[in-house]
Amino acid sequence: MAEYLLILVSTVLANNFVLVRFLGLCPFMGVSTKLEGAMGMSVATAFVLTLSSASSYLVHQYLLRPLGLEYLSTLSFILVIAVVVQLTEMVMRKTSPLLYRILGIFLPLITSNCAVLGVALLNVQEHHNLFQSALYGFGAALGFGMVLVMFAAMRERIAHADVPLHFRGAPIGLLTAGLMALAFMGFSGLANL
Amino acid sequence: MLSDISTPVLLLSLLGILFGLGLGWAARRFRVEQDPVVDQIDALLPQTQCAQCGYPGCRPYAEAIASGEADINQCPPGGEAGIRALADLLGREPKPLNPENGVEKPRTVAVIDEEACIGCTLCIQACPVDAIVGASKQMHTVIEEACTGCDLCLPPCPVDCIDMVELEPRLETWRRSRPAPKIALREPA
Repeated sequence: MAEYLLILVSTVLANNFVLVRFLGLCPFMGVSTKLEGAMGMSVATAFVLTLSSASSYLVHQYLLRPLGLEYLSTLSFILVIAVVVQLTEMVMRKTSPLLYRILGIFLPLITSNCAVLGVALLNVQEHHNLFQSALYGFGAALGFGMVLVMFAAMRERIAHADVPLHFRGAPIGLLTAGLMALAFMGFSGLANL
Repeated sequence: MLSDISTPVLLLSLLGILFGLGLGWAARRFRVEQDPVVDQIDALLPQTQCAQCGYPGCRPYAEAIASGEADINQCPPGGEAGIRALADLLGREPKPLNPENGVEKPRTVAVIDEEACIGCTLCIQACPVDAIVGASKQMHTVIEEACTGCDLCLPPCPVDCIDMVELEPRLETWRRSRPAPKIALREPA
């Protein structure tokens, strides 16, 4: 139990994928101008990340490992992620049109979120089992969603602030992200995995 | 030695095929049923994508008719015959074309005066059916078969080098004209 808790604390705070490992920066900068969009993106990412890290584990464990083809993991994980995203989109469209309308445009974007591939590859590196992999993915998504929503909330305020001309837009956003990353350095050593 | 190459190739091909089949199955299994009436209405519209009805294209107009948001007499390119067909399909009373949306005109195609064209690409961006070819600072031209005669390329042209010409009936463009309405349309009281 403690081990699972440690995975969560590690992925959400100490080894946050965005601010400590610098993965998934593209949606972090891209969909953080509106709070609603950031929330939608977080939920969609959590959904896909958990599913895809579990299924990448299965592909690695039962196909690549027995055949000695571990070097193909990057390629096959990309395939798995793309399929999971497509499948999620179809199922969601059928079963929950409301959720689809909220998350619909974000789902295809997740395919190119490098945090998703990063989680799958790190799972292999850390020799996680199936449940640990899924939890690692979920924790990563939780950490991603948390900082994304925090960052979006800050940017909404900054948009109304009197920022010096040359810092307006992306530069002040990047500075804010840098300061957030500095703050998250304080969590390092909290959970070493 | 050979298996070093063939095993990964086979495995990845197999994975790709399996995933493809899975997604194909899922696409059928989880297909979202759309309103079939919209498809039927869309099939009756002339597909000029001219937006004279006030909607961005024929499909959105069809959706608006199906939801009761728009009336059936807002499509000038479809003309009276189009309104009649829509009225038949929906079991409504046919009514004259709404003059606010425009008047019925003979079918035309856009022709670019290639001497005058400056290659600004503005008409390419305006064309709803991608019937104009050309590149920046190169002369543009219209693909006659694809042009729907919607007039949307006229306003953006900075040198007014586009003309709408009535289509000469040729062997490949001639179509049997639609039968004229048998009874006169009444103005709604």
